[in-house]
Amino acid sequence: MSAYNFGYLDEHTKRMVRRAILKAVAIPGYQVPFGSREMPLSYGWGTGGVQVTASIIGPDDVLKVIDQGADDTTNAVSIRRFFARTTGVRTTTRTREATIIQTRHRIPETPLRAGQIAVFQVPIPEPLRWLEPREAETRAMHALEEYGIMHVRLYEDIALHGRVATAYDYPVRANGRYIMRPSPIPKFDNPKLDRNPALLLFGAGREKRIYAVPPWTKVESLDFEDHPFAVERWDQPCALCGSRESFLDEVIVDDKGGRMFICSDTDYCRERREPAP
Amino acid sequence: MYVAVKGGEAAIDSAHRLLARARRGRPEVPELSTGQIDQQLALAVDRVMTEGSLYDRELAALAIKQARGDLPEAVFLIRAYRTTLPRFGVTEPIDTAAMTIARRISATFKDLPGGQILGPTFDYTHRLLDFDLAKPERSGDLGTETMDEFADPAPMPRVVDLLDQEGVIETEEPGDEGERVADLTREPLQFPADRAARLQNLARGDEGFLLALGYSTQRGYGRNHPFAAEIRLGDVEVELEPEELGFPVAIASIGVTECHMVNQFKGSASAPAQFTRGYGLAFGEAERKAMAMALCDRALRSAELGEEVQAPAQDEEFVLYHSDSVEASGFVQHLKLPHYVDFQSELVLVRTLRAAAGAAPP
Repeated sequence: MSAYNFGYLDEHTKRMVRRAILKAVAIPGYQVPFGSREMPLSYGWGTGGVQVTASIIGPDDVLKVIDQGADDTTNAVSIRRFFARTTGVRTTTRTREATIIQTRHRIPETPLRAGQIAVFQVPIPEPLRWLEPREAETRAMHALEEYGIMHVRLYEDIALHGRVATAYDYPVRANGRYIMRPSPIPKFDNPKLDRNPALLLFGAGREKRIYAVPPWTKVESLDFEDHPFAVERWDQPCALCGSRESFLDEVIVDDKGGRMFICSDTDYCRERREPAP
Repeated sequence: MYVAVKGGEAAIDSAHRLLARARRGRPEVPELSTGQIDQQLALAVDRVMTEGSLYDRELAALAIKQARGDLPEAVFLIRAYRTTLPRFGVTEPIDTAAMTIARRISATFKDLPGGQILGPTFDYTHRLLDFDLAKPERSGDLGTETMDEFADPAPMPRVVDLLDQEGVIETEEPGDEGERVADLTREPLQFPADRAARLQNLARGDEGFLLALGYSTQRGYGRNHPFAAEIRLGDVEVELEPEELGFPVAIASIGVTECHMVNQFKGSASAPAQFTRGYGLAFGEAERKAMAMALCDRALRSAELGEEVQAPAQDEEFVLYHSDSVEASGFVQHLKLPHYVDFQSELVLVRTLRAAAGAAPP
């Protein structure tokens, strides 16, 4: 791989991405357009996250990559290998050891600490997109803080279903200003966004946007006083580690309706099952 | 007890090996060379160069071989490679009026300076399978004519320039020398996009997508009364002005297909009736692409020309956001990546909603 620069991207491109990240950090939740490059991974596979990670990673970093909370899912393996190959940095599956955690669809159960950076892969960055397909319009709505349409949508859900019928990618408001998509994490993970000690970076490659939640920033999930935001719960614990606190994946074990529930965060589950060192 | 599936690493390695074997096919069949692809699947190479936005026949042929003939996949390989290339400079605009012509036709004039040159076209072939081609190579029956024998040595002005002299077509002022042109490979697409950015997007756009949209304008979804004023195909010189020289030097010759559509325009109280333009340009021989592109370009000028924007082909965000096969293919196919966390959340929600509605369990 000597033909490619450290982290694949050339230094000018990395600087361009870092400038976008700095702007994003300065305006929490604001989507900064950036000159997203074509990566050797397919769009939809995390090209935004990969570009963010490639731009911030240094030789001393320790990288963890998860998809659906797990380190061993094929796409997580593929992205981890990409960086192992193009940077030579140390990789880990342990949340506590990592300095950068690139993730798709989950926030680790183990609380992040100050100094860590979580990089989220984002398919559609615009929280208003399903309500207004035009980018020119939604940018104006954000600029004018014109978010009535989003509250009406949530209200319609409550009128129709008795609750907000959004299970993942549940909209939040960052720092009391911009409405933001947390990326397709389950709403179970939304509370972890609020005042998180780690820096949270969001990269959308195909849509060419970067946004951020700086450490300790207030992040509220949108709700109403009489319909407060609530997360999903399971009526049984993880079948492997017994946790009642974690997000559980449902695994179908036979064709007779048999199923079991296990932690989606494989590192968290492993840590709970291993004796303390 | 069930343990969550491990082994992503091993699975990926095996998949790569299987793919390499599938690409090669049965070993008793001779392996395809990139030279054969370049020469005998030349139009596939042209398409990959155009949509990959990289003019390099050898690399495009390699990409086609590696992609097992899947052209959008080959385009993707080229794009990913292209990202890593350094940029030495920006060339002068190519001059298609000075093209070495291989084909030049006009549907608007029976004859014109320079004449109509049919060139190597499928247009008037009968689409009958030629079973002789399935036999080992025939020799001696391909003729030896070259384009030089047919080409009129007289200059071949562009049809739109002839119309321009009469004033019946809108004039197109070239931009100021040194004026910055948008570069979609370096900057995100922003709306409203200017015409240069739109044309770049269309040039990189998927041929099938542009073809369908162009076709839709002909069937009444944003009709713009097109005439193919001219299609020309041939080689043009690419010139670069190195800073230290101060004058341009030719650095390459590339094959391009150019299409000028002339379209009607009613005129208004302030402007007399005039034809308008749609423009298409592609690398190599890519007539279908260039024509579809010209129809889309004209459709996207609706707002600028004061026409009502109603049809999909006229809708800038709709067309430009969805034209790129690499983006589209990636996002459509990412649906096969695991989504079980989101699906689990939805499952919990649907069960809750069903319980609340008193639905009987199955």
